[in-house]
Amino acid sequence: MGVRELEAEVDRQTQRSRGHLARALARLARKKIAVVCMVSLAVIYSAGIFAAWIAPYDYTAQDYTVIRKPPSYVLDQGIGGFWTESHFAGTDRAGRDLFTRVLWGIQNTVILTLVAMLTGGIMIGVSLGLVAGYYGKRVDGFIMRIGEVFASFPDIFLVIIIAATLRPRILDWARALEDRFDLLDGLVRIGIVDYFVVSIALVGFGWIGMARLVRGQILYLKETQYIEAARANGASTARILSRHLLPNAIAPIVITVSIGMGAYVGTEIILSWLGLGIQPPRPSLGTMLLEGGHISVIREEPWMLLTPGIAAWLLILAWNLLGDALNDVLNPRTR
Amino acid sequence: MWVYIVKRLLWLPLLLLAASFITFSLGRFGPGDPVRVMLGNRYDEQTAQRIRHELGLDRPFLAQYGDYIWNFAQGDFGESFRYRGQPVRDLVIRKMWVSAQLAIAAMVISLGVGLPLGFFIAHRQGRWEDPASVTVALVLMSVPVMVSVPALLWTFCLKLHWVPCSGWGGLFDPRILVPAITMGVPGIAGLTRLMRASTLDVLGQDFIRTAHSKGIGQMTVNSRHVFRNALIPIVTILAFSLAGLISGAFITETILGIPGIGRFAVESVFDRDYPVIMAITLIGAGAFVLANLLADVAYAFIDPRIRYQ
Repeated sequence: MGVRELEAEVDRQTQRSRGHLARALARLARKKIAVVCMVSLAVIYSAGIFAAWIAPYDYTAQDYTVIRKPPSYVLDQGIGGFWTESHFAGTDRAGRDLFTRVLWGIQNTVILTLVAMLTGGIMIGVSLGLVAGYYGKRVDGFIMRIGEVFASFPDIFLVIIIAATLRPRILDWARALEDRFDLLDGLVRIGIVDYFVVSIALVGFGWIGMARLVRGQILYLKETQYIEAARANGASTARILSRHLLPNAIAPIVITVSIGMGAYVGTEIILSWLGLGIQPPRPSLGTMLLEGGHISVIREEPWMLLTPGIAAWLLILAWNLLGDALNDVLNPRTR
Repeated sequence: MWVYIVKRLLWLPLLLLAASFITFSLGRFGPGDPVRVMLGNRYDEQTAQRIRHELGLDRPFLAQYGDYIWNFAQGDFGESFRYRGQPVRDLVIRKMWVSAQLAIAAMVISLGVGLPLGFFIAHRQGRWEDPASVTVALVLMSVPVMVSVPALLWTFCLKLHWVPCSGWGGLFDPRILVPAITMGVPGIAGLTRLMRASTLDVLGQDFIRTAHSKGIGQMTVNSRHVFRNALIPIVTILAFSLAGLISGAFITETILGIPGIGRFAVESVFDRDYPVIMAITLIGAGAFVLANLLADVAYAFIDPRIRYQ
C-alpha cells in the first residue's frame, strides 16, 4: 500500500469515527425519555427566564374578586382568555395568580442553580479535581482533606448555617454600598442579596462531589500511555490538562452535572422553604410550598400546593431522568 | 490495613477541629445575638450584659473557641442557650434516639421494596420491567419532601383517617407511617439499582452455573446462592446509612413536628443556640468519618483484593 492510499485510508477512518461525544449524543437522541427530558427542561428554563413576558399578571397583584379560585382549564373565554382572564392554575388566599407566581419562582430557582453549578460545580469543582488528580501527593492530600471537612457536615446543615449567618452581614454590606454610591440604589430591592447568599451556600457544598469525581478520573487517566506519549512529546502541563485529560473526563462530568442540578434545585427549594432563600414579596417555589403545605390549606385549597409542587417536581425529575439516561449512554460499564 | 485504619483515626480529631472552627466562626461572626433571642420581649441591656458574661460571650473569639474545644475534649458539650440549665449532651442524645427510630423505619421501607425489586428486575434484564422500575423509582424520588409530606397527610390523615396529622409516638405508633414513607421512598431508587447490578454480577458467576448443572431447582438457586451473595455489597452500603441516622431529616421532622435531631438542628440555627449547633456538627462529622472508615474496612474484609495504604 502506497503512502497516498494509506493517507486516504486514514482520512476515511477519521471521517467515519465521529468522535466519542458525537456518538454518545446520537445514542442519546435515540432515547425517547432523554429527549422528552431535554425538551421539558428547555421549556421550563425558558419559561422561567422569560417570566416577565409570559406571566399574565404581576406577581404581587391581588384580585379580591377571585380569591381561592380553583384551577380551571375551561376555555369559556376563548384561547386568549385561557392565558389572560381565567387564572387557569388557580389563585391563592390573597387572590394572586398562582401560574404567575410559579413562573417567577421558577426564574429564581433556575438562575440560582445555574449560577451555583457554573461557579461551584464546574469552575471550582472541576479545576480543583484536575489539580488534585494531576499533581497528586501533598496538593492532592490538601484539597481532598478540605473537601472531606466540608462533606462531613451532616446532610445540608452547612448550607443552612451559611445561609442563616451570612444573610444579615451581606445585607448590611449591600446597604452600605447603596449609601456610598447612588448608582447602586435599589440593589437590595431587586433581591441581589438573596441571590448572593443562596449561591454561596450552594457552592459551599456543591464543589466536593465534582472535585472527587474528576480527581478519580484523572488519577486513572494520567497513568495511560497516551498521556505519557504527550509528555514525552514535550507537551506542557496546561496542554496535557486541557487537551488530553479534561476531554477524556467529560462523560462522568456531564452525568454529575445533570444529577447535581436536581440536587441543587431541591436544596434551593429547601432554603427558601426555611425562609433563608429568596425573600417575599418575590415569589419562590419554597415559600409557595410552605404556604400550600399547611394542613388547613391542603384540606381547603389543595391546588395551592399542587401548582408549585408539580413545577418543582417536574424540574427535579427531568434532571434526574436525564442524568440516568446520560449514565446509560456515556458510562461504558452499563452500556 | 491496620496502618491505614490508624492513619484514618488520627485524621479524625483534625477534621473535627477544622469542621468545628468553621461552624464556630460562622456562628460568632455572623450577626444575630443569642442573648436577644433568649430574652425576647424581656430584653434589657443590663440583664443581657450579665448573661453574656455568664456564658462567656464577651470574651475574645479565640479564647471562647479554645474553651469550647477543651471542654469538648473532656466530653462536655456545654449547656444549651435556649433550654437553660440543660446539658447539650442529654438533649442531643434524646433527640438522636427519636431520629434513629425514624431512620430504622425508613430503612425498613427502602430495603423492603428496593432489594426484592432490584433482585426481580435483574432477572428481567432487557425487558420492559427493567427500565420501567428504575424510572418509577426515580419519579418517586424526585418529589420534594415539602410536597410528599402534605400529600401523604392528605391521604392517610384527611381521607383515610388512619393516623393523626402530626406528632410523635415512637417506633410502634401509627404516626411514624408518614415520615417513614417520606424518608424511605427516596432511598428505593438507589437500592434497587445497586441490588440489580449486584444480582447481575452474581448471576454471571461460575458457581451459579455449577449449582444449576447439579440439578438444584430455580427457587433454591435463587434464594441460597444468588440472593445471599448479591447482598454482600449492599451490607457495606448500609454503613453509610449509619451517618444518616445522625443527620436525620431536617425538613420532614420540621413539618411533622417530630422532636428529632433534624428539627432540633434547624431550630438551633434560628435560635443561635451555638452549643447545640456545634454539638450537632461535631457528632455528625464524627459519625460520617467513622461510617466511611467502616465501609472501607468492610469492603477490604469482603474482597481480599482491595488493599489500602
